[in-house]
Amino acid sequence: MIFVLFLCCTTGKCKLQETKPTNSVSLETVKPHPNDIGEPQPYPEEEKGKLPVFTMDYSRIQIPFEFTLWVLLASFSKIGFHIYQKITIWIPESCLLIGIGLIVGGIMYSVKEEPPAVLSSDVFFLYMLPPIVLENGYFMPTRPFFENVGTVLWYAVVGTLWNSIGIGLSLFAICQFEVFDLQDINLQENLLFASIISTVDPVAALKVFDDVGVNEQIYIVIFGEGLFSDAVTVVLYNMFAFLADMPVIDSVDVFLGLARFFVVGIGGVLFGLLFGFMAAFTSRFTSRVREIEPLFVFMFSYLAYLVAELFAISSIMALITCAITMKYYVEENVSQRSCTTIRHVVKMLATISETLIFFFLGVVTITTVHEWNWAFILFTLLFAFLWRGFGILVLTQIINPFRTIQFNLKDQFGLAYGGLRGAICFALVFTLGNTINRRNLFVTASIAIIIFTVFIQGISIRPIVEYIKIRRTNKDLNTINVEIHTRTMEHLLCGIEDLCGQWGHYYWKDKFKKFNDRFLRRILLRDRKAESSIVSMYKKLELQNAIELLDTTMGDISAAPSLVSLQYKEASRPKKTFKATDIRKMHDILSKNMYRIRQRTTAFTSKYGLPDDSQTREILIRRHASIQRSLRAESFQHLQVSEVDRLRSSGVSPRSSSRSLIPMSKLNTIEERRSPVEASAVFTGSNIRGRRAPVPAARRRSPNRVDEDEDEIVSEGQGEERHLPPRGWAPENRDLGTNEAGNSLLRPSSLRSQRSWRI
Amino acid sequence: MGATQTHSEYQYENMVGKTGFSTEQIKNLHMRFQQLSGNEKTLRREHLKNIPALANNPIKTEIIEAFFDKRNQLDNELGSYEEIGFEEFLMVMSHFRPLSIKTSAEEKTAMRKQKVRFLFNMHDTDGDGKITLEEYRKAVEELLSESGTIGQEVARAIADAAMLEVASTNVPNMGPDDFYEGITFEHFEEILKDLEMESRMHVRFLDMNTANLRCGQ
Repeated sequence: MIFVLFLCCTTGKCKLQETKPTNSVSLETVKPHPNDIGEPQPYPEEEKGKLPVFTMDYSRIQIPFEFTLWVLLASFSKIGFHIYQKITIWIPESCLLIGIGLIVGGIMYSVKEEPPAVLSSDVFFLYMLPPIVLENGYFMPTRPFFENVGTVLWYAVVGTLWNSIGIGLSLFAICQFEVFDLQDINLQENLLFASIISTVDPVAALKVFDDVGVNEQIYIVIFGEGLFSDAVTVVLYNMFAFLADMPVIDSVDVFLGLARFFVVGIGGVLFGLLFGFMAAFTSRFTSRVREIEPLFVFMFSYLAYLVAELFAISSIMALITCAITMKYYVEENVSQRSCTTIRHVVKMLATISETLIFFFLGVVTITTVHEWNWAFILFTLLFAFLWRGFGILVLTQIINPFRTIQFNLKDQFGLAYGGLRGAICFALVFTLGNTINRRNLFVTASIAIIIFTVFIQGISIRPIVEYIKIRRTNKDLNTINVEIHTRTMEHLLCGIEDLCGQWGHYYWKDKFKKFNDRFLRRILLRDRKAESSIVSMYKKLELQNAIELLDTTMGDISAAPSLVSLQYKEASRPKKTFKATDIRKMHDILSKNMYRIRQRTTAFTSKYGLPDDSQTREILIRRHASIQRSLRAESFQHLQVSEVDRLRSSGVSPRSSSRSLIPMSKLNTIEERRSPVEASAVFTGSNIRGRRAPVPAARRRSPNRVDEDEDEIVSEGQGEERHLPPRGWAPENRDLGTNEAGNSLLRPSSLRSQRSWRI
Repeated sequence: MGATQTHSEYQYENMVGKTGFSTEQIKNLHMRFQQLSGNEKTLRREHLKNIPALANNPIKTEIIEAFFDKRNQLDNELGSYEEIGFEEFLMVMSHFRPLSIKTSAEEKTAMRKQKVRFLFNMHDTDGDGKITLEEYRKAVEELLSESGTIGQEVARAIADAAMLEVASTNVPNMGPDDFYEGITFEHFEEILKDLEMESRMHVRFLDMNTANLRCGQ
């Protein structure tokens, strides 16, 4: 279906291009006709200057039109892939995109259509590359990154250098053999080519690693390596391209090259920091112009990129640094919607860019002039693998002693095998100028290597990773206990480091945190309260509770009808209306905390997808279920256990459903009411029941209290809900609709806000 | 050190075996110990409290207590010391050794258990083998005290919730009359089973002699 559409488009385009001239021609021939032939025309006046009723001017819109068609086609194919979930599990998206590109290329070739000559150097570097880099930088998981920053940079920089030089030199050695007919490729060109193909684009590998849950260190090393090797490659590319033009190289040039490397790298970081802080600072004042908040993010990052390009320093580094710096502060300052918009748009632009490049790759493969040289290509493949494997081995041996969690052989294998080549490699080679005399050979070779790695390695990496059982990580569950103890551990380690008088890892982390809290947050954030992560986690879970509750369970009506009627009897519903201001405040608080929620739940993000919240929900639901099951007892006993029992005294059936609330709130209220005696206070069921009676009111009261004091979001008789909404909810729903204006306002709005949160 | 040099060297050998540190590391730690204790042979709480860098740490009291806690030594006694010698100091430090690539799986589990035990002992201040609600509350309050703006109720609510979570995960079928006394060590291990403690809870101990390079305490 898609192909037919495109076929029509291409043939349509062909026809259009052919008819365009004929159109104008036909118009013209009308006029001279009477003059030439001289036949008497019945209405000679009519042909002159008639208002054209229907004209077509293709040339005017050609460029944007074709661009849109390309993008649309690529997007259609993406829709197509995801129809069958199974395909995307086994075959990485890049494969599919190249595949479609190949098919389209085939079609174009058969209708003798040329691919649009749009991929020039400028277009690539100025328009297509920034979105990809921005997306990588924006969604970089910062904590693992900074914990492993040394390793990542080591692999990226030194690894890419190693690969480039190694492959370049070996290829040069091969070229010396006369039998291969490659002698006109000199050293510079070899190095240039080698630097292009040593950049890794591990998108497909990352997705597999993410799905399989491979341990964090490998993930972040590959992620970071992909990111920074682009930067290194671009620098090398420019350097070697420059050198390739020069007939002779001195050793001075090598030194200059090295120095340039550092200038470029560090300069990039500085520029990135500058623009990142500017963006963060600006976002502090945008509370009244929410609609253009995302614009600042994009404009500043693009500006960072362009200014870095202006000074010929590493624009990729600048962009990455800008994104990392900016993200933290901007996401705290902007509204929930802007945050979502930014994330969406970043992903969208990156996807478009990458899709187009891969697509283009497929098309160009078919339609371009190839120069196939078996020796060169095979040796390229061989050396690429060899040097990468060897490089990872050597580099790991050197860096392992400096790491506390060292890479074993399996990890190293994963690293080496995950080094796929991709879009950037292709684009760089495609934009090689024609001064390189074997350009076509290079293009062919790099296409070959890309297709080989993407298809073969990309498809096989999943079974291999699962087979060799690489060390996996347990993604942290978002539970309060884990959070508390993680914080405890961090403080403990910091303390021990202080005790030892060492400047360890946690020392720097702590120092930075203090600096951050004292200066940066004050300047860059609008709302300066530093909040402990424990409290945020707690609030988040509590709010999720509230939302889950309100989002109710139409589906969960498989309750025993007897219990439902029980509910009816017990529950008396005092009517309670909500003031509009209360509701508004409630929404404010909910939404304000919700984007913090979003912040904390996004851990690793898959390349082609948006952050997936379903895991968080899943965890919470499971927790609820376990808490649910414990809500059975009628009486409360001791203080310590009171909480548990209290909840159980809801007398609801043991059907576990996902709709209980964390009874934390209840705990508080019970405490207030307890007699000031220690462990032997006994709360009878009646006590609780008394509170339980006004179930709906309580439920409503809970959100109402939100505006009193944020603390008391918890202190509500949410416990009442232990009554278990599922059972009680079904009738409640109907009730809600009819009874309370406040309620009906509450439910849809909470649903709305929830929807905006859940995307 | 002087006359006690040979004596300490002999002791170092012992400690290498008991704690798993290398001789270099032990030497460095010994120097640090002497720095902290003002060249005395034993360390007291006041010495540790005087470290300026530790002052900002919200759980500093617990950390200091941990050094004097008998449970963190190998003997499984209860109670606490008034002053500790270098061996005890080293034992406590050995809880924070990082894993190396050569540790076997059993050693890893043992180390992990040791680390979790350390954390547990830190919270279980009265030594009864359970973390009661009061103790937990205190721990959470201290953790949150650095944020400043958090009220005491919130801290309590959080501690209560956490406690409940432990209860519900570990004892899902508690009857109405059951009394959840406190988090036992097994429960504690259970709730932290997904936290990769063995790879995160460690301090990199120096091998080289950098005493001269370190600035200040």
